[in-house]
Amino acid sequence: MAAPGRLINEGALGRNRALRRLGKLGLWLNPAAAYFFLWAPILILVLFSFNDSRSVSSFNGFTLKWYGNILNNVMGAESAFSTEIMLNAFRNSLFVGTVATAIATVLGTMIALAMARGRFRGKGLLEGLLFLPVVIPEITQAISLAIFFKVLFDWVALMSGERIFPGFHTIIAAHVTFNISYVAIVVRARLADMNPQLEEAAKDLGANPWQAFWRVTFPLMLPGVISGALLAFTLSLDDFVITFFTAGVGTTTLPVFVYGLLKLTVTPEVNAISTIMMVLSTILIGISLAIQGRGASRI
Amino acid sequence: MKKVLLLLSALLLLVPGAFAQEMEHEPWACPEGYEGQTLSIFNWSTYIAEDTVPNFEAACGVTVNYDIYESNEAMLARIRQGNPGYDIIVPSGGTVQRMAEEMLLIPLDMAMIPNAANVIPDLLGAAYDPDNMYSLPYQWGTVGVGYRTEVFPDGINSWDQVWEHDGPVAWLDDRQTMLGIAHLFLDNDPNTTDADEINAARDYLIEKGGNVVTVAADDGQVLLERGDVDIAIEYNGDILQISWDCECDDYAYAIPEEGSNVWIDNLSIPVDAPNPELAMVFIDYILDAKVGADLTNYIWYASPNQASIESGYIDEDILNDPAIFPPAEQVAKLFAVIDVGAEAEELINNAWDELLIFLGQ
Amino acid sequence: MSSRWRRIRETGFFLALPTTAWLALFFVLPLAIVLFVSFMSRGRGGVAELPFTLEHYQRSFGIFSIILWRSIRLAALTTVICLLLGYPLAFFISTRRRRLARHISLFLVILPFWTNFLIRTYSWRILLGEAGLINGFLLHLGLIGEPLSLLNTQFAVLIGLVYGFLPFMVLPIYASVERFNFRYVDAAQDLGANDARTFLRVVLPLTMPGVLAGCALVFIPSVGAFVTPDLLGGTKGLMIGNLINNQFGGSGNMPLGSALSIVMMAVVMLSLLVYVFGNRRERG
Repeated sequence: MAAPGRLINEGALGRNRALRRLGKLGLWLNPAAAYFFLWAPILILVLFSFNDSRSVSSFNGFTLKWYGNILNNVMGAESAFSTEIMLNAFRNSLFVGTVATAIATVLGTMIALAMARGRFRGKGLLEGLLFLPVVIPEITQAISLAIFFKVLFDWVALMSGERIFPGFHTIIAAHVTFNISYVAIVVRARLADMNPQLEEAAKDLGANPWQAFWRVTFPLMLPGVISGALLAFTLSLDDFVITFFTAGVGTTTLPVFVYGLLKLTVTPEVNAISTIMMVLSTILIGISLAIQGRGASRI
Repeated sequence: MKKVLLLLSALLLLVPGAFAQEMEHEPWACPEGYEGQTLSIFNWSTYIAEDTVPNFEAACGVTVNYDIYESNEAMLARIRQGNPGYDIIVPSGGTVQRMAEEMLLIPLDMAMIPNAANVIPDLLGAAYDPDNMYSLPYQWGTVGVGYRTEVFPDGINSWDQVWEHDGPVAWLDDRQTMLGIAHLFLDNDPNTTDADEINAARDYLIEKGGNVVTVAADDGQVLLERGDVDIAIEYNGDILQISWDCECDDYAYAIPEEGSNVWIDNLSIPVDAPNPELAMVFIDYILDAKVGADLTNYIWYASPNQASIESGYIDEDILNDPAIFPPAEQVAKLFAVIDVGAEAEELINNAWDELLIFLGQ
Repeated sequence: MSSRWRRIRETGFFLALPTTAWLALFFVLPLAIVLFVSFMSRGRGGVAELPFTLEHYQRSFGIFSIILWRSIRLAALTTVICLLLGYPLAFFISTRRRRLARHISLFLVILPFWTNFLIRTYSWRILLGEAGLINGFLLHLGLIGEPLSLLNTQFAVLIGLVYGFLPFMVLPIYASVERFNFRYVDAAQDLGANDARTFLRVVLPLTMPGVLAGCALVFIPSVGAFVTPDLLGGTKGLMIGNLINNQFGGSGNMPLGSALSIVMMAVVMLSLLVYVFGNRRERG
């Protein structure tokens, strides 16, 4: 009985080994393919921004002329682009991102604290509410805000005779709304990982709640707050759809500007601008990661 | 509507003889008192010269916000939903009429626009705005076919060549024009308000649209230039701009013999505009002979400005280009889009939505 | 002292108040208005008007359902492809022995993600266009006689969606694999399970929360995608997001646009129910 059983087992083992080898190969090939997939388009975009021809199918030699065109604002018949307009859009994006992040971080952190430490009725409902903005399609949120502001401003005009125009305030309100949930989720995760006994210890040592919060809880949850704020800022900088629907006049943010550019400008200059933007955002991210890393290691 | 066409052809006969020598011209001067103010312009994409806005900002000491739109309908939707703060819009004829009827436009004060006198008299008092209460012409042009000369060495002279082309084609997101072209084939009035006729035009286009890869939002010329399509139905100036830009003969523009759309775009001031006075100053600025000529020299559309044409500021190439100033027998076959009223508008919008759904099938 | 500490727990309510008010005003109320508007008639100029009507829902489930189904199908396909690509990738990342290697391989997934979404999507236009790199390459090799139509197809949209949302799949799976204790694998193998069985019975169930979260995070934005089909889809790759957008632009029909969004949201909510129940079963 033992011998045949052993044989079967060895057969199975052999098959298992072959499968395992195949699986190992797959486990290397799949990530290789995935990384290629993730990186190739971007690298090709960068490469062709230096291409000495308008073609995007063959590389005809190195040139910096598309970058020169951008800096000198020579973009042919298209007046969709000028460095000034781009910088202005970038400034608008930074402004919207900063203000929206600040408000969303405060509001998101407050509710995360309330959810983690507080006990009150309707918490379950609130939990669902907090989750919703993350899972509702962007376009639905965008049109709901567009209609809401229209109704609100019509009503205000009817009541007071004064017409409010959409602008930075509407974009910021919209950004805060979708950012609150992200901040709250990140901060809550941090609070959940924290040891509540630390607060108890502070209490036992005679600290009042205010002291306990600022001396113990807040420093401990700060990395979560920073991560949440960074996430909010990134989302805000990248948002196109919701901004597009809530924008007013003269509030063009970088993504809205880029959208027009992609539609109305031919390839090489767009490649060059995209490359510049990628380099800039990598530098920005690098700096923020460095700050975050230092902040986290200090705590 | 007939009147508009007659006027246009009359105007075209004028053009070839219209080369006066360059006159001394006083540069446009901004009236006092607008320093530090803001003007917000909502215009079609690729529809202004590089220096038009900066020169205005410098002359008046003002700041200009400049946003673009891609169709009359898109602009109209924004203004209907509550003007977000624009002072200047550039609607085509039929849209002016629609907006005036819906009280979405502010009357112009001609005393503030002395350069209105520069407009070709025949282009004033058009049927869509008989007393020019709400609008003054900006540019005029046609819808036609932009194509790659490499693919069509013998040119394009019929819509059938567009329908039957075995290769990627881009249509224009201008619903009344596209349906109007189908009406030409169906022997309907291009501006019909009859539901069955509109639906027949929709079905005709769906049937002929098997080669359509995208319905472009006024960016067909870019798709052509990128090599994404062989044919782009577009406004004439947009196609001419890319030919001029590449300094090559790779692209050409043609109006098919069956006919197409002719339009006049107008400067208007939408209701709730924050700064209508400055908007009128801007309209006066655009209608200046030199400013108007510079504009036309850059965007390659036909100028409605007699002073620009007669002063010799406009390039002769442009005045002689049949793609910009089409010959009279061609103009006779063109139709203008008019205001069809709210009910037909809804029929057309529904038909267009359905067309978009089925074009891809 | 202790009463003050007790009070702090109750202040949770007041701490939650401003944020709740904000969300009520800028999130719940707008959605309620959309729901309301979706039952109203299309008035002059595309804005909503009384009386109430079901017309827009009839159209949503009528002719528009072609595009709705296409959106659901494309989103589901995107989710499956992301899962097939993302699961092994997440596994690969979390099984790097050295911390640095792990960080770098994770970073390499996230970094492209920090580039503007529009630009990332646009980069596929360069690759897929008639005169694009892939066509140029295939023509050069003589594999094809004339350019393939890759751009302006559902295929292009699918690639764009997978490209845009792959990290949403990788990150949650990575998080759950990271937490996975590999001693379970040894235990299963000691008990005689082969690799396939170990994976199906041990590894997959324990990483299921990450898989479900990843699927939800990919499926939801894919259904409502607007930018990707707009830049890559053309007429053949049109999605529901584009039609909703049209109702607020050219076609000027707010109530219809609202009804379409409500229907789309219902689809998303249904898929979330699957997620919630799946999660519950995994836990239970």
